[in-house]
Amino acid sequence: MDILNMMMGQGVVSTLADQLHNLFMLLFDNAVVAGFLMKCVGIGAILGIISVAAIVFTYGERKVCAFMQVRIGPNRVGGRFGLLQPIADMLKLMSKEDIIPQGCDRVVWALGPMLLFVPTALIYAFFPFDNGVALADVNVGIFLMLAISSQAVLPFLISGYASNSKYAFIGGMRTVAQMLSYEAPMVFSLLGVVMLSGSMRMSDIVNAQSEQLWFILMQPIAFVVFVISATAETNRVPFDLVEGEAEIVAGPFAEYSGMRWALFFLAEYANLLSVSILTTVFFLGGWNGPFLPGVVWFGLKVLAMVFVFMWFRWTFPRTRIDQMLAFSWKILLPLALVNVLFTGVGIYARQWM
Amino acid sequence: MGEYGGLGLFFLVALIFPVSALIPAFLLQPRQPTKEKRIPYECGVDTVGKTYVQYRVGYFLYALVFIVFDVETVFLYPWAVRFGHLGLFALIEMFIFIAILAVGLGYAWKKGALSWK
Repeated sequence: MDILNMMMGQGVVSTLADQLHNLFMLLFDNAVVAGFLMKCVGIGAILGIISVAAIVFTYGERKVCAFMQVRIGPNRVGGRFGLLQPIADMLKLMSKEDIIPQGCDRVVWALGPMLLFVPTALIYAFFPFDNGVALADVNVGIFLMLAISSQAVLPFLISGYASNSKYAFIGGMRTVAQMLSYEAPMVFSLLGVVMLSGSMRMSDIVNAQSEQLWFILMQPIAFVVFVISATAETNRVPFDLVEGEAEIVAGPFAEYSGMRWALFFLAEYANLLSVSILTTVFFLGGWNGPFLPGVVWFGLKVLAMVFVFMWFRWTFPRTRIDQMLAFSWKILLPLALVNVLFTGVGIYARQWM
Repeated sequence: MGEYGGLGLFFLVALIFPVSALIPAFLLQPRQPTKEKRIPYECGVDTVGKTYVQYRVGYFLYALVFIVFDVETVFLYPWAVRFGHLGLFALIEMFIFIAILAVGLGYAWKKGALSWK
């Protein structure tokens, strides 16, 4: 029966979740308790994914970088391939002294990295990892996701402001300018996707792509605009002016050390994963794909996007801030608006035919 | 437990998670603060003056233009969801709405709010 379910399109993960739910129902015989436990399992899984992703991506990023620069990369800790390097990094960060800068606003300074984790992690609740597997597959999915993810600006700003360091302060101001500027084209590029699928629910968008074509083929302009804005939203090269280590040390992170700094790092890699997931869900057909189970396809597509973002990082030089902001407002935003018009005309023409 | 209940629970867990990451570090790390260590890091040069100096207004102009566009999206998203069912009227209406948006963008552009001077 389970195998039949899997054949009928219900994914592996969702079958497992059903089994677990049945087990909880047997144990507690109470739908509310079982539902609560299922949510807990889901949250634990998401936090696990974020933590594992941060560990794997730190290693992956260094290996990809080394590959592109014809080097070897980490090769000392843990055998020939340096597989234990991320563990060593984590132990090092844990045992580092927590230096509190002189004259900082202590409470706000300490809140910065903690609050940054909240919006970063919370948007994972909306992602459909497989058919029917999402913590909160709500009907205003995209909207709520965008609203929550834009809150990530504030922790950057307050940690830059509270650090009492001029580099951190400039970094905080740059974060606001950059993340707000690139949010507008990002939001407008997703309008075309919503128009085509007729829903803001993430699983509906993926299903619409299995009925129609993948949206990367139907919305190529939106795809390009989205990927560029996503690179800027995650503060990665070529748009890493927020950190810009050659200019302003590390921007808002400059005064943090040890585990607090690691929280910024965790958020950065969680962001990298989440924009890759978003690209997969909106443009690459989510869990759709032949032969393999949905969750495997999803993982492969996400990892491919992560590699693309890492590729960007080691290919492009950093832009200047005036160029970067002008690029967003004067090229990407008009392009996204034109894309909305084209999509509207296209949908209407298709109905009329 | 509804979907928003799950989201609320996740919000609480996401608040606690960073704290639980800081606690083991708090137990492990050494604490020897010295005066030199605690000086704000500005590439080894002594800090001059206060940090909270005057800064360029350009940053805020971008934020203001952003707010305009962000509010527009609140109107555009529900429209985009129902677009397939609304027909020609919605299409023409959208042209007008996006034209208004484009005029706003053009105005900000002309006024120099988008250029870094």
